[in-house]
Parts: sequence; structure tokens; C-alpha cells
Amino acid sequence: MTNTYRYLPDTEQDQKEMLEYLNVSSVEDLFADIPSNIRLEGELDIPEADPEPVLRKKLNKMSAKNINADQYSTFLGAGTYDHYIPSVVDHMISRSEFYTAYTPYQPEISQGELQAMFEFQTMVCELTGMDVANSSMYDGFTSLAEAASLAVASKKRSKVLVSRGVHPESRAILNTVAKGQGYAVEEVGLDTDITDLKQLQSQLGKDTAAVIIQYPNFFGSIEDLAEIKKYANEQGALFIVSANPLALALLQSPGKLGADMVVGDMQPLGIPMAFGGPHCGYFAVDKKFMRKIPGRIVGQTNDDQGNRGFVLTLQAREQHIRRDKATSNICSNQALNALASAVCMTALGKHGIRQMAQQNFEKANYMANLLQSKGFIVKNKSAFFNEFVVELPLPVKEVNEKLLESGIIGGYDLGEAYGEQKQMLIAVTEQRSKEEIDQFVECLEAVVNG
Amino acid sequence: MVEYNDLIFEISRPGRVGYSLPESDVESIDLESKLPKHLIRDEEDAADLPEVSELQLVRHYTALSNKNHGIDNGFYPLGSCTMKYNPKINEDIARLPGFSRIHPYQQPETAQGALELLYNLQEELAVITGMDAISLQPSAGAQGEWTGLMMVKAYHEKNGENRKKVLVPDSAHGTNPASASVAGFETTTIPSNKDGLVDLEELKKYLDSDTAALMLTNPNTLGLFETEIEEIAAVVHEAGGLLYYDGANANAILGKTTPGAMGFDIVHLNLHKTFTTPHGGGGPGAGPVGVKENLIPYLPVPRIEKDGEKYVLNSNYPLSIGRVKGYHGNFGILVRAYTYIRTMGTEGLRQVSEGAVLHANYLRKRLEEHFDSPYTQLCKHEFVLSGSRQKKLGVRTLDMAKRLLDFGYHPPTIYFPLNVEEGLMIEPTETESKETMDAFADAMIQIAKEVEENPDIVLDAPHTTVVGRLDEVQAARKPVVRYTKEKDSEKEKQTVKS
Repeated sequence: MTNTYRYLPDTEQDQKEMLEYLNVSSVEDLFADIPSNIRLEGELDIPEADPEPVLRKKLNKMSAKNINADQYSTFLGAGTYDHYIPSVVDHMISRSEFYTAYTPYQPEISQGELQAMFEFQTMVCELTGMDVANSSMYDGFTSLAEAASLAVASKKRSKVLVSRGVHPESRAILNTVAKGQGYAVEEVGLDTDITDLKQLQSQLGKDTAAVIIQYPNFFGSIEDLAEIKKYANEQGALFIVSANPLALALLQSPGKLGADMVVGDMQPLGIPMAFGGPHCGYFAVDKKFMRKIPGRIVGQTNDDQGNRGFVLTLQAREQHIRRDKATSNICSNQALNALASAVCMTALGKHGIRQMAQQNFEKANYMANLLQSKGFIVKNKSAFFNEFVVELPLPVKEVNEKLLESGIIGGYDLGEAYGEQKQMLIAVTEQRSKEEIDQFVECLEAVVNG
Repeated sequence: MVEYNDLIFEISRPGRVGYSLPESDVESIDLESKLPKHLIRDEEDAADLPEVSELQLVRHYTALSNKNHGIDNGFYPLGSCTMKYNPKINEDIARLPGFSRIHPYQQPETAQGALELLYNLQEELAVITGMDAISLQPSAGAQGEWTGLMMVKAYHEKNGENRKKVLVPDSAHGTNPASASVAGFETTTIPSNKDGLVDLEELKKYLDSDTAALMLTNPNTLGLFETEIEEIAAVVHEAGGLLYYDGANANAILGKTTPGAMGFDIVHLNLHKTFTTPHGGGGPGAGPVGVKENLIPYLPVPRIEKDGEKYVLNSNYPLSIGRVKGYHGNFGILVRAYTYIRTMGTEGLRQVSEGAVLHANYLRKRLEEHFDSPYTQLCKHEFVLSGSRQKKLGVRTLDMAKRLLDFGYHPPTIYFPLNVEEGLMIEPTETESKETMDAFADAMIQIAKEVEENPDIVLDAPHTTVVGRLDEVQAARKPVVRYTKEKDSEKEKQTVKS
């Protein structure tokens, strides 16, 4: 008799030999320690297995029910972007020596992963202008929440201030996390498209552990970090910046502008949108927090022959050593996506990343100007990177339905998160050609003019 | 083979590129016309990313991959991590443009296939765990634990109680107490009995009106089934506490029993263990959470539901603990797990656990004579040996683990759980053949002999890896956690000197 399942190697003969060796008559005997009361009666009520070709067809069909960015021209951003991913990225992360490995606890046979993470950490430090970066977090949002918790713990203060210019989901997760840890989260309002600095100043106090700002913010606008740092400093609060790593190719690094911690998501650099995940959080800090930051860190050292090698280091911070005293409960991270991102940054290199960022900036500005020339109102008063908000005469939801008919995925509806049903957040990446932008504007005109 | 030890930064040369972008087709704009100077990053200040050609990039990462051991390279019996085969079709399906090139904020009407997959996965995981509802949001086991504990907190608060204490057995994974602490609880460790199981009488002493929950893994981290689980559940519930199931070891029970049947109220699963999604060198994983009926109101939002023939997102749950992860969780991982479950079906999943348990018992018996085996009852999907016999001869478990590297094996989990001296935790998984397990057993037995006859070969191991034992103390004392150019010039100086 042949086996039914291709992942299961035991033949009848193998099973027989092992059972005989164990001196039991059936596999069932090996489950005798599960009390009969709690044994499953009958089978799990899930559909039967599909052979590979059948399953492939079914799942292909299921995936085809989703419209995707290969078929449509997309202007949706709001934290997840359609960017150029060099072909080499997927080829390199598909080396199964990388993707079928576990966390590199045995450094002698994990030098590849460890070195790649060491290089990733270096690249994150370069972009953010910080001293130390870990080897990734779940995503930018949870990374921000971890930074807030770390600030509260190290300042021994009870409150963090977060701008309403920070991604709404990031604020939502921060609220959930803060509830667990028992600190307060206060939001700082907006002055049109950027953080209201007067409000910030009035909310800041000696109980403020940190001020949290997004750079560029959720509306694409570029906040003046230097100014905000001054206010934070006056009250001795830490300064946490959540930054788009692509934008950091052109914008002054948060590190130079006084950030104590910089967090964000590497998705714009080499990671597919994939319906929102897995992406890859990053976490970079000033060296004074090195021994407190969450997650895994790779460090350089030598072997017994004096050769350079890499190991997981500063593990005394982590849950498997500290248990309930750990600074965070994080264990798994997003290593493979950090690798994707490192490969992408390597491919783009020092100049490519600037060129790509510059195109984002120029294309978004081109589109905003074009819209303005057609009579649309662009809400951003400050300079913006690759996203901006446009006011429409109709609800965004209606407009997007019409745009879809022309093969365009429109922008993000600010209705649910900000109560602005007629404001659309539009992202323009280097992937959008002038032709696509022009077509979008034309369609938009047609839609709003009925 | 040429030895390759360069960092990507060391092979970088100004002017080389590894990408191709079209020229901009819109007018160029000077950043300075829009932004104050202090917010602009000048060319001199540019992030110093490497400059290499595409082939150099490929050679670099290929060389690195050659210095890495994955499941595809060889046996990986890392206990508690379920290092089973990661199927290739899972990778293909996750990369379909209809799954990988879709945006989380697309209108649900335009992402019905993705939502259908998530909905089906929720339904199937609910059956597999015996729970009433599932949230797919958490990105990993630890985040699942924390999500579950936040629900525990919300549940007790709703009942007007402020219970502060979470109990964990001494064999628990480190994330259990860490997650409890992050969720605002205090952890109390309860001792195991001589059989490696929860001591029911001891447990009773710890239960009181301050007990929020007991966290358990079953089979536990020793690979042993908690045979008194029904009684445990009863006493915890009697004290008003909830029972939390850490699904790290779910590979042992598929189709045999469910956490729901055992009396658990909350479950998390590690899809990167039981459900074959790759560990990726440390992640990404996924840690869905399941609950019984009475905890459904507290699940994270948005929830994925079916309304007639349509799949929708619903955030209208006022008692929800809120959002725990961006968007819809680690979707790409969820796609892989779903593909696997569809590949195996009911019968296949049952055979998975049967194979896992048969293999663990077989391998344990093959090794029992040569190593101390602190627990002798049936084991489930994994078992723990002790290296204390070898320690007496001056060789520690760490040394034996390093010696295994010379045989081409990834060593078992060592020094865990904490309640076994010189522990070796071995999980062969169902996807390994008998020949592989036999060869591994032979290697282990040979090492046990070496410890007696020629301990130096074990003490000096590994002998065949690209680096020898690394100085972890130096790494932690004088941390070098990034590359800096200065290092380069120092190195040149040193080279000049020598």
C-alpha cells in the first residue's frame, strides 16, 4: 500500500517496526494517557484534503476574487504602499536555508542569518540616524506601542502624548497596550495637517514620558521634528518618532533632529502589501536604551580562533531569561521580512533609495498641483512626501466605486478614522506613471462633474 | 570552496548599482523649495547603504545562505519549536498576485477572496481547537498570549473583579510570565510534581479570589500529557479563574482531543509550528486566538464575518479589547496555514499527530539507555532527556549540542524547560523518516560514547562549522551591533602593522 500524504514518510512497514520496538500494538496505545472523557468522538468536522493540482486551482480562483495592484492602478497608501521590489529580493529570501531556519540560537550554523541581521541593523541605523537597532518587530504599529511602554518604564512617568497625525491603527494598538500596562495615552490635536504645537505645549508636563510623532505624518505632511524636540525637552519627555524609512532617504534623520527612539515599518522597502501583513517593524534607539530595547539584537564577536562571527546578544533583556521581569514579551519577530528589506536596501543602495524617494515626492507634488489646477482643494498646508489629502464634493466611498470602474483603486477614505467623509488621502509612489496620474485626475473630474 | 567572510558594506564601491528605475516622467522639484533646510538630508548626510551590482548582491546573500542551516538542509529536532517540513505549495500560493499584491484598505467588496480565506481559516481553527470563535490578528504566539490575557482582564473587569494573579507552571515557556506581566498581571509559578505534571493539590493552594487565570501547555513542555486536566479545569473554574491554553504543542493532539474539550477557555496557536508556516529565521509567524462563547465579546476588532454570501469586517463590539495588530494580522502566513490545512484535511491532520507522537516515543526509546530520562510515562510529540550523567564526566549538554553540529544536525532545544537539569528537548516531528531518526539516534549514542572515551572531541566541538564557538560574553560586554566605517580604517591600520 502506498502513503496518502506527501509530507508523511512513514510506510506501513516503518510504523510496524516502530510499534514493535515500542512493544505496543497500535498508535492508538500511545494516546492512552488522554482521558477518554476528553477524547474527540469521530473526526474533526473540516473539509477533506485536496490533492495538490486541485488545491492550486481552488486557491488560484479564490485569489482571483481580489482585485490586485498588477491589474489596477492604485493610489491607496495610508501606511502600506505599492513600491518597486527588485526581483532579487524574492529570490534571495526564497533560499530555504534562510526561510526554513529558526531563530539563530546555534550561531555556528546560523552565521548567514546573523550576519544578514547585523547588516540590517546597520542599514536601519544609517537611515534613522540612531546608534542601535534591533533585528525587527511585528510591524510599525506594535513597534510604536513598545517604544511608548519603554519610555514609560524608563522615565517612570505615567502618560504619553501621541499626535493625531499618527496612524489611527497605531494609536488604536497603543491604547490596547497602554490599558494592559496601566499608563495614559493622550492625543494631541491637529493644526490642519500637522500636530498643533500650542496644544502640544499645553499638554506636556512633568508626568509626560514621551511625545510621539509620525514623520511624514498620516496625511503625508512633514512635521518639524526640531521644533517638537524643543518642547519635549522643556519637560524632560522623551521623543519618539515613527518614520517611513523610504522618506528618510530625503528627510533629515530623526536621530539628527533629537529623537530618542525611532520606530516604523520597513514595508516600503522590499515587502509586498499582502493585505497588510506580514510586514516588518523596526526599532532604533539612542545607545542609552541599548540594554532595554525589546526584541532580538545581533552583535559581532570572535570565535575561539579569533575569526569574526555574529551572535544574538544582550539577551538578558529578553523573556526567555527575564521571564516576568522582561521589558517585553516579544519572541518571534519578522526576520525573513527584515532580510527582504535588507536585500532591497542593498539593491537600491545609497543612490537608488534617494532616487526612488525623490520620485515619490515629485509625483505626489505633480498630482497635487494638477488637482489644484483643476479646482480641487488640497488640504495640506505643509510640505508633504508621497501622500496628501484632497477635498472632494462627494463622499470618498462613492468616488472610489466609480474610479474602480475605470481600473483605478482610489485613495484612503478619511471618513471612519477622522470623520471627514469627503476627504481622500492619496498616495503616489514611483510605481505610478504620469499617464496613470493624468488618467486618475481625468476620471476624478468626470466623477465629480457627474 | 573559497571562504567568504565579507560584510556587504565591505564589498561596496561608489557608483555600483543593483536596481533599475525609469527616469522620472514628471517635472523635477527641488526639496528646498518646499522644506526648511534643517529638515532636508543632504547628499553628504545620505544613509550609507551598500553600492553593489546585482550579481554581487546575489553572490553575497547566496554565500550567507550557505552558512545557514534550515529544515531543508537537515534534521532540526528543536523541541517546542515543531520544525517540520515547510511545504513549497504554501509559498507559491502566498505569492499569487491576488494575495500578495492586495492592499489592506481595499474595499471589502474588492477583497472577497482574501476575506473568504480568512473566514474559512477561522472556522477550521475553531473546529480544530474546539473553540467557538477565532481572531487571526495576533502576529505570533507571544502576541496571542498577551491578547488572550487582555481578554481575561476585560472579562473579570466586566464582572466587577480586579483579579491580579496569573498562575504558570515552572516548566512554562518564558513568554507566559512575560506576557502576563505586559498585560498587567502578576505571575505566580506553581511547582510540578515528580512526574513532571501539574500537582493538583499544590495548585489548589495557589487558587483564590485573586486568580485571574492559569496558563497551561498540554501536552506540557516536557512533552507529557496533563492527565488530570479535567480536574485542573474544574478547580480553576471553581475559583472563578479562566484556563488559558498555550498552543505551542498542538502538534500532538490534532484530531485526538481539543483544548475546548479539555476545559480551556482561551487558546492560541502558533501557525509557524503546528501548521507548517516557515520560521523564517525568527519570524514572521502567526498566533491566532480562540475563545469559548462567554469570551467572544472581548475578541479584538475588526472581526471577519459572513453576512449572507458576503464577507465583511465588523468592529461593532463595544466590549472588545480593541485592536492588537495592524490590518488583518500576518495575512501571508495565514494563507500558508490555510493551504496546509486544505492539503491535509481531517484524516491527514490526525495522521500528523499520530506520526509526531509515534516518532517521539520511538526516538526516546532509542536514546533512553544512553542518557538520563527523567520521565518514563508515554510522551507525546516531544521528550526531554537530561545530560546529568555526562555532566558528571565533565561534559555539559551545551558541548554535546555543539558536537551534534559536526554530524550535520541542528541540536535539540537545550537547558529548557528549566526544571530539568542539563535538559535536551527533542521533537522529531512527523515529517522525518525513520532512517533520519535512526541516524540521529546513532549520532547521539556515538556522542555519549565519546563523552566516556574521548571527551575532548566533544568539549572542543564543533570541528566542521564555518566558525568555532563564539565569545558571547565579549559580545554582551562590549556590544558591536552595527558596522561602522571607522572599524574599517582600524582594520587597515592593523593590517599595515602586521
